[in-house]
Amino acid sequence: MGEITNNLVQIEEGIKFIPGASAFVAPLNKLINWGRAGSIWPATFGLACCAIEMMVAGASTNDLDRFGIIFRASPRQADCLILAGTITKKMAPIVRRIYDQMPEPRYVIAMGSCACTGGLFDTYAVVQGADEFLPVDVYIPGCPPRPEALLEGIMKLQEKIMQEQGRWSQFA
Amino acid sequence: MTKTTTLDVQVADGADDKYRLKMGPQHPATHGVLRVDLELDGETIDKCDPQVGYLHRGFEKLAEHRTYAQNIVLTDRLDYIAAMANNVGYCVAVEKLLAIDVPPRAQFIRVMVCEMARISSHLLWLATHALDIGAMTVFLYCFREREVLLELFAELCGSRLTNTYTRLGGVRQDVTHSIMLKLQRFVDEFPDHIAEYETLIDTNRIWLKRTIGIGPISADKAVDLCLTGPSLRGSGVDYDIRQHVPYAAYDQMDFEVPVGETGDTYARYRCRMEEFRQSNNILRQCIERMPPGPILGKDAPDLIMPAKPGRKIEFDAVAGNALIKLIDNRDLYMEGDVYVATEVPKGELGFYFISDGMGRPYRMHIRSPSFLHIGALATIGQGVMIADLIAIIGTLDVVLGECDR
Repeated sequence: MGEITNNLVQIEEGIKFIPGASAFVAPLNKLINWGRAGSIWPATFGLACCAIEMMVAGASTNDLDRFGIIFRASPRQADCLILAGTITKKMAPIVRRIYDQMPEPRYVIAMGSCACTGGLFDTYAVVQGADEFLPVDVYIPGCPPRPEALLEGIMKLQEKIMQEQGRWSQFA
Repeated sequence: MTKTTTLDVQVADGADDKYRLKMGPQHPATHGVLRVDLELDGETIDKCDPQVGYLHRGFEKLAEHRTYAQNIVLTDRLDYIAAMANNVGYCVAVEKLLAIDVPPRAQFIRVMVCEMARISSHLLWLATHALDIGAMTVFLYCFREREVLLELFAELCGSRLTNTYTRLGGVRQDVTHSIMLKLQRFVDEFPDHIAEYETLIDTNRIWLKRTIGIGPISADKAVDLCLTGPSLRGSGVDYDIRQHVPYAAYDQMDFEVPVGETGDTYARYRCRMEEFRQSNNILRQCIERMPPGPILGKDAPDLIMPAKPGRKIEFDAVAGNALIKLIDNRDLYMEGDVYVATEVPKGELGFYFISDGMGRPYRMHIRSPSFLHIGALATIGQGVMIADLIAIIGTLDVVLGECDR
């Protein structure tokens, strides 16, 4: 046993890998958070202008795949909702429905001023910020934010996921 | 009348034997938040009913409370894929209403940014259209070139997507030598890239099977359906506002308008690919013949803040700030109405203003190509398969921001 513990390879703070044994040694909290943070699957859901920058972030230059981020076309397979664009009052019930369809744990990123606060469109048709009807985890300002800003936002979400305690339990 | 049953579910016969499907608003291939209500007979569409309004943001109402210069910001968010072309379209319309002259250099810069926007818009169209049909690689290649153009926009005006670059009577900032060099390099390299896309998909049997003969529109029908832009020209109608009613410096440019023959999805694809080459030619001409001179007309409403150090900016209690006061003091707002159309990558973008001389539009109506193209979907989508509807939505090149306004 002493030989094994001496040879452990630390791959993340608190998470150790046993060479040759295909096994990890870590507290359950850390291990699950680490897995979740490394494979955020957002729903393919573009609302407006920011969706174009979200596509750019997923394309060749910025390449979201290296964060383990793969866009899923169905909310049932997704665990992150990137609200990229203006949410109108007609669209809000549908956004809420998509959020409800996603399995736990789920996260919401509000991308751009419109999703954060309503932005430029202080009109009769626009919801003044996604947080009026959804629990938003990360706000990314900008009109639209650069793809790098989206990457920063996702990294902030990863940091947030890593801080979670006991979210794997049904009592948490 | 016999009732057939599948497992425990009763299936109705006769007239009600239809499957009703709501495609969208969350669907990766509806280009945003379009919803299409379908009545299906198997996989064939009996009735196709597009539903819009999920991105209605109240542009036209918002515009009534802002000055003409402030509304330029709104036009970015209309067709956010080619914001420059929208800026130019809006400014051309307002300049006609207010009779403002634009210096030749600004005209050339406008043509230049318009064509850059056209290329970047068509690149995004090709990327998403190919992605919808199933060719993932094209998406990555197209975004590589698009990124070059977006970074050029960022260097030109500080923003990649929502540019707000034009001003009433000119443009905001002059093009620098560095931008011209980078653009020259792009123009030199781009024809090779077009050939690259064509090798990727023009020899692809799946692409050919899914585009040739899909969603054919005859020339008469295309005109009846109010199609404009490449969607119209694919059907063989030679109509391009850049050539027939030139604005900015398009009358000094030498370019052809590519026209298709068959009017199917493939013809529209070929049309846009030719437009890549023509736009590239126009860009080259712009670089070679860019005239020197000012970029803002003399009688342009003053939007630039006074730069003198120590000068106090007087705040007007009514207007709110000095920027608006400077514009409102101008005695150039006349009454009347005007409709001016410009050729944006999607088609004909028209602005209709009614002015009561107050410095703000009394009514601004936007004739957006996407709205009419989505309207045409009901006719074109009838009798096709669901999978082909995806190709048709892609080929019409709709942007919901512009459609719902």
